[in-house]
Amino acid sequence: MIRFLLTRVSLVIPTFLGIVFLAFMLIRLVPGDPIEVRVGERGIAPERHAQLLHEMGLDRPLYVQFFDYVGQVMRGDLGISLVTHNPVLSEFLTLFPATLELAFCAMLFAVAVGLPAGILAATKRGSTVDHVVMGISLTGYSMPIFWWGLLLILTFSVDLGWTPVNGRLSADYYFDPVTGFMTIDSLLSEDDPTGAFLSSLSHLILPTIVLGTIPLAVIARMTRSSMLEVLGEDYIRTARAKGLSAFRVVNVHALRNALIPVVTVIGLQVGTLMGGAILTENVFSWPGVGHWLVQSIYRRDYPALQGGILLIATIVIIVNLLVDLAYGLLNPRIRHKR
Amino acid sequence: MKRQLLGVAATAVLAMCFAATAQFNAAEAKEKTLKYCSEGSPENFNPQINTTGTSFDAAQPVFNGLVEFEPGTTKVIPGVAEKWDIAPDGKTYTFHLRKNVKFHSNKNFKPTRDFNADDVIATFNRMWKQDDPYYKVSGGAYDYFNDMGMPDLLKSIDKVDDHTVRFVLNEANVTFLPDIAMNFAQIHSKEYLDAMMKAGTPEKVDQDPIGTGPFSFVTYQKDAQIRYKAFKDYWGGKPKIDNLVFLISTDAAVRKAKLQAGECDIMSYPNATDIKALQADPKLQVLQQPGLNIAYLAMNVQKKPFDDVRVRQAINMAIDKKALIDAIYQGQGEPAKNPIPPTIWAYNNDIQPYPYDPEKAKALLKEAGVTSIDSDLWAMPVQRPYNPDGKRMAEMMQADLAKVGVTTHIVSYEWGEYRKRMQNGDHQMAQFGWTGDNGDPDNFMFVLLGCDAARQGGQNVAKWCNKEFTDLLVKARVNPDIKQRKELYNKAQVIFHQEVPWVPIAHSVVSVPMSKKVTGFKVHPLGIMIFTHVDKTD
Repeated sequence: MIRFLLTRVSLVIPTFLGIVFLAFMLIRLVPGDPIEVRVGERGIAPERHAQLLHEMGLDRPLYVQFFDYVGQVMRGDLGISLVTHNPVLSEFLTLFPATLELAFCAMLFAVAVGLPAGILAATKRGSTVDHVVMGISLTGYSMPIFWWGLLLILTFSVDLGWTPVNGRLSADYYFDPVTGFMTIDSLLSEDDPTGAFLSSLSHLILPTIVLGTIPLAVIARMTRSSMLEVLGEDYIRTARAKGLSAFRVVNVHALRNALIPVVTVIGLQVGTLMGGAILTENVFSWPGVGHWLVQSIYRRDYPALQGGILLIATIVIIVNLLVDLAYGLLNPRIRHKR
Repeated sequence: MKRQLLGVAATAVLAMCFAATAQFNAAEAKEKTLKYCSEGSPENFNPQINTTGTSFDAAQPVFNGLVEFEPGTTKVIPGVAEKWDIAPDGKTYTFHLRKNVKFHSNKNFKPTRDFNADDVIATFNRMWKQDDPYYKVSGGAYDYFNDMGMPDLLKSIDKVDDHTVRFVLNEANVTFLPDIAMNFAQIHSKEYLDAMMKAGTPEKVDQDPIGTGPFSFVTYQKDAQIRYKAFKDYWGGKPKIDNLVFLISTDAAVRKAKLQAGECDIMSYPNATDIKALQADPKLQVLQQPGLNIAYLAMNVQKKPFDDVRVRQAINMAIDKKALIDAIYQGQGEPAKNPIPPTIWAYNNDIQPYPYDPEKAKALLKEAGVTSIDSDLWAMPVQRPYNPDGKRMAEMMQADLAKVGVTTHIVSYEWGEYRKRMQNGDHQMAQFGWTGDNGDPDNFMFVLLGCDAARQGGQNVAKWCNKEFTDLLVKARVNPDIKQRKELYNKAQVIFHQEVPWVPIAHSVVSVPMSKKVTGFKVHPLGIMIFTHVDKTD
């Protein structure tokens, strides 16, 4: 087990370096620099442009900037935003709880709906239920997030008035953030915590559905196929022959084994979730890191973008590592082999 | 058992997440709160170092200038300076400051004195004097202060007494007053600056602003909202609303949805395509005013065949502006005939625009002896307030020009490159535009068409230098008499019309959709959002 862990961790280092390199280079391939993009019609005198670039340290050769940046990252310093002049790490940490809260709810939604839907489709294979579930999940999987988000907003927020359009909390409530998780902070607030809590939940509904749709579809389809495979195994027939109830056979005997590939997929979905969060957060003006990264691209805020990508990539890498470890827990065969 | 418990817990969390009552009535706030759906996050809260309209709007409620723009117009009115004298040579401006003007306070700072001359001097010194302790704080690039030519213009700023400040200029320039009505010149508290420097946190003055404005800053939750509270000691009287909240939504369609759902009272920058739907909504009103901007097609007069005025006139007659306004601006614009928008007092309305007349255009081209023109046509690569879609506009122009025998190739570059090459004069015909900074005609005509700016790298992208035209502008610049200035600018516009270095295309309309409950709001031609006199009825 330890050897396995070490191998996995050692693989993380080159991945990490590759990400630093890509994050660094890609944003610099985008035309324009942080000064050019903020200058309007008036333009900027070449001397002043050069002077400002020099002050930002962007006039040095690219490789010098890169190694300097790597050194800085190694020391745990992600630099200062070129736009707000705040440390990148502190900006990230301020915004990350919002993303995490949304991603958590989206994952919960995806699993809570996707898993039973997949099981249902598998047990009723070939029936109308199966076709409907699989049809919906294929549609969900193909749904562009931008369009889906706007569609839900127009239907449920504008026409029906059931849910708020965007944001994390009604502007009628106000309290200082404690944890950064609005659902928790609202409960800690002094004036009307129940109202604030309900407001934060109602603001979560649409973004959760939008962000959770793709993972939900993937989980449902994966659960179905994995379940079908397991249901065909001999031991399931044995269990049935023993006279166990269909419920027990499916949910105890089959599900546990069928879950292994599903857990892998759930792990992989964390990456998708982060990518999806960028779009979802922009549609819903969700003040998380995805929204912030897009703004950083527009503003060519190199340190913010590099730092943000790096931190998100780190999180995805760690989650994947944890998924690998979770196999062992779910399936004793894997645990013992190692 | 454990598993069942887990199941119950998961179900409970889920139920909380999704079964939260969809519609609920948030606690009715007793105070009046005005919610403004804004388009983005501010860089910070100091207009001296900001560069975007979004950031200026976010600082606007907190600050006052010595002089300010009257809401809804570009007329300069007293701010924290109640009056001013201009010496006969036009070089000395003496400002008499208001008394009993209070600064806000916050958890790190409580003012011990009222606003005085020291605050004015400290404000300007930060941007002007390289040895000022604040000069380098927060990246210290004072773009607007530099762009408006302040370092060259200012000779000295002196305190005459606690409530009198004297600005001495190197040359007479009547645009000085509208220049310092701009956001970058808003007044900061010297006491606050000193206190934060002493505490070792000078950058706090840019993030937790202290000003004398109608609203004090409460908090900024990054990328989500900005909150302000009415300042009860405001020298102009307490505002009618108690709280002002900026709710940030970067997507215009989402801001529209929020306004329609009643989640905000006013929204910024609607999509042109949405205006009709917003106007049709019985709960909403859309206030409009022609923006202080212009979109134009510059013809490089230093390149053939655009050195011939007949060719330029022909191009002016070949382009169907009405079709452009209908298609590109969705009707939210008005055709331009002068180099300044009609909201500016110096606008010459007697000028008759060139008609759309392809036949006459062809005849003019024939007269000029050019039968076939092969030119580039540069399309704006970015969306700007005055030009929502440069590429499509170029395609329509290309089709119009083809009808009179002018073949064009559409060219575009990345925005920075586009601007740079055009300012170098690499183009033959290029789309460009301008949004005024201070409402003064000089800020359009001298900047965009003066001989100085026709140099390589200059802002005059038609590279057109007409001495008579420039002389008129130079005279108007030093003349404090507005009537005489208007005459000079009228003459200059006549010359522009005869020489037509541009095809003036359109002035876009600024639209501010809002709930019908909102009263007292005035659309500002400069796009500034001013909430001082706004009220909300129930």
